[in-house]
Amino acid sequence: MSAPHTDSPPALVVDNLRKTYRNGVEALKGVSLTVQPGDFFALLGPNGAGKSTLIGILSSLVNSTGGDAQVFGVSVNRQRSEAMKLIGLVPQEINFNQFEKPFDICVNEAGFYGIPRKLAAERAEKYLKELRLWDKAFHQAREMSGGMKRRLMIARAMMNEPKLLILDEPTAGVDIEIRRSMWHFVSGINAAGTTVILTTHYLEEAESLCRNIAIIDHGNIIENTSMKRLLATLDVETFVLDVNEAPGELPQLNGIAFRRVDDRTLEAEMARSQDLNSLFAALTGSGITVNSMRTKTNRLEELFVRLVEHGRKGPEEKAA
Amino acid sequence: MNASINLVALYTVARREVVRIIRIWTQTLIPPIITMTLYFVIFGKLIGGRIGTIEGFPYMQYIVPGLVMMSIINNSYMNISSSFYGAKFQRSVEEMLVSPMANWAILSGYVIGAVARGLVVGALVLLVALFFTSLHVAHPFIALAAVTFGAVIFALAGFINAVFASKFDDIALVPTFVITPLTYLGGVFYSIKMLGEPWQALSRINPILYMVNAFRYGILGISDVSVGWAFVVMLVFIAALAVAAIQLLRRGVGLRS
Repeated sequence: MSAPHTDSPPALVVDNLRKTYRNGVEALKGVSLTVQPGDFFALLGPNGAGKSTLIGILSSLVNSTGGDAQVFGVSVNRQRSEAMKLIGLVPQEINFNQFEKPFDICVNEAGFYGIPRKLAAERAEKYLKELRLWDKAFHQAREMSGGMKRRLMIARAMMNEPKLLILDEPTAGVDIEIRRSMWHFVSGINAAGTTVILTTHYLEEAESLCRNIAIIDHGNIIENTSMKRLLATLDVETFVLDVNEAPGELPQLNGIAFRRVDDRTLEAEMARSQDLNSLFAALTGSGITVNSMRTKTNRLEELFVRLVEHGRKGPEEKAA
Repeated sequence: MNASINLVALYTVARREVVRIIRIWTQTLIPPIITMTLYFVIFGKLIGGRIGTIEGFPYMQYIVPGLVMMSIINNSYMNISSSFYGAKFQRSVEEMLVSPMANWAILSGYVIGAVARGLVVGALVLLVALFFTSLHVAHPFIALAAVTFGAVIFALAGFINAVFASKFDDIALVPTFVITPLTYLGGVFYSIKMLGEPWQALSRINPILYMVNAFRYGILGISDVSVGWAFVVMLVFIAALAVAAIQLLRRGVGLRS
């Protein structure tokens, strides 16, 4: 993957961005963050946290009520057209005319960015082929599967070859094979220099793809750091052990808490600093044979839940 | 730089609209022909034969310009309101809203599509009319300007309707409760000189009266109103509606949160 380009302005600077809807809902309460050029950035948060509002403001579909955002130094508020030239958006909801053909959808999209029709047709063919949609290019879009429609939105977003690609839950409801092919494509785009911002509820996706991360909840950024640094803060990990026979009396070992799930399954919660040899020694000493083992949850998922829950506690609870 | 982007974008929107009209030609081009043929048969031939002449023209000939204008008005309005509301409904309008294209390019592209449908339908209705009566075009440029201005006015009005519409029913309300009554009372089937006061004076506040009469002057060479004044009225409506539509787009009414 390409290294961040430190000599150019940040790909995105969000500065004290606020949004209060007419019904009084305060969706963003002064959000600030920076995304460096070439980054693969995860923007995570529970439903209703403000992710889509933030993306809506960046793509000019939502009017902010305070603050500003700059895309490669260009203000979204003051230079909307210039900023939009730099952005490609893959929205959460299907938003193309389902009666049009994928090829026409892509070519028209390019036209909205001022790209001449001949070049637009070449790009449409290129990206529809890369996303394995070329055989459907001249059928009505409504005939495509859900996964194909999502890939079509990625192809469409690539028509202006954006410097900043924003993916709002691009893999929602997509099977694992197609999801992997989408990851492969987007990783390639990122490796070629495009900055990518990804929101997703599949946290293993964010963990494996993204280098930096922000977590938003209730309109506030509650964490903004590198993925490595965030994962390093996870001090406890839980393993699920498939065993030949789980004993009635569980082994006792300092720093490891065992729990019997069923006759053939144990859970072991232990500090990440503790080595696994002591775990296996204790199990062997108790006559337990481990057939296989896996982590109980995705590491990022565990941190995400903790951070969001921590953010929702009152100050007294936090102090406790 | 931005001018060339907007020209390509404008061409893209207009082309997409025209392709749409052709793609669904059975919905966009055929129904108005059938409706207008019925008007010619029933009002022109069957009833018109008993009416005699108006302003020296056989009734059938007299109503042709009004019916052509009526079909242009209805079709340009329906084209833009259903297409733009459809784009809102499917959210495909977002493709344009997140792009760098200017609001005037979005509006102009849709208006061009609506005017194209209005004029094509108008031409087809005029062709059908030739099966029922003969026509000599008195002032071709005035006729062409009148239908174009009329189509633009109702395309802009249809666009504004679609911006405010929140369900499909909303785009049917204006044609049913505003356009149809104004068209029927706009001198399509009669000369307002046949009305007494205050109806004649009231008719003069109906903008469709000016469009119908400007076109009737272009075709037959007769009009109930001053043709110059008719064009002034139409230009004022175009300017006012265009400013309103651009303002709505700029503020994002019904489009941006």
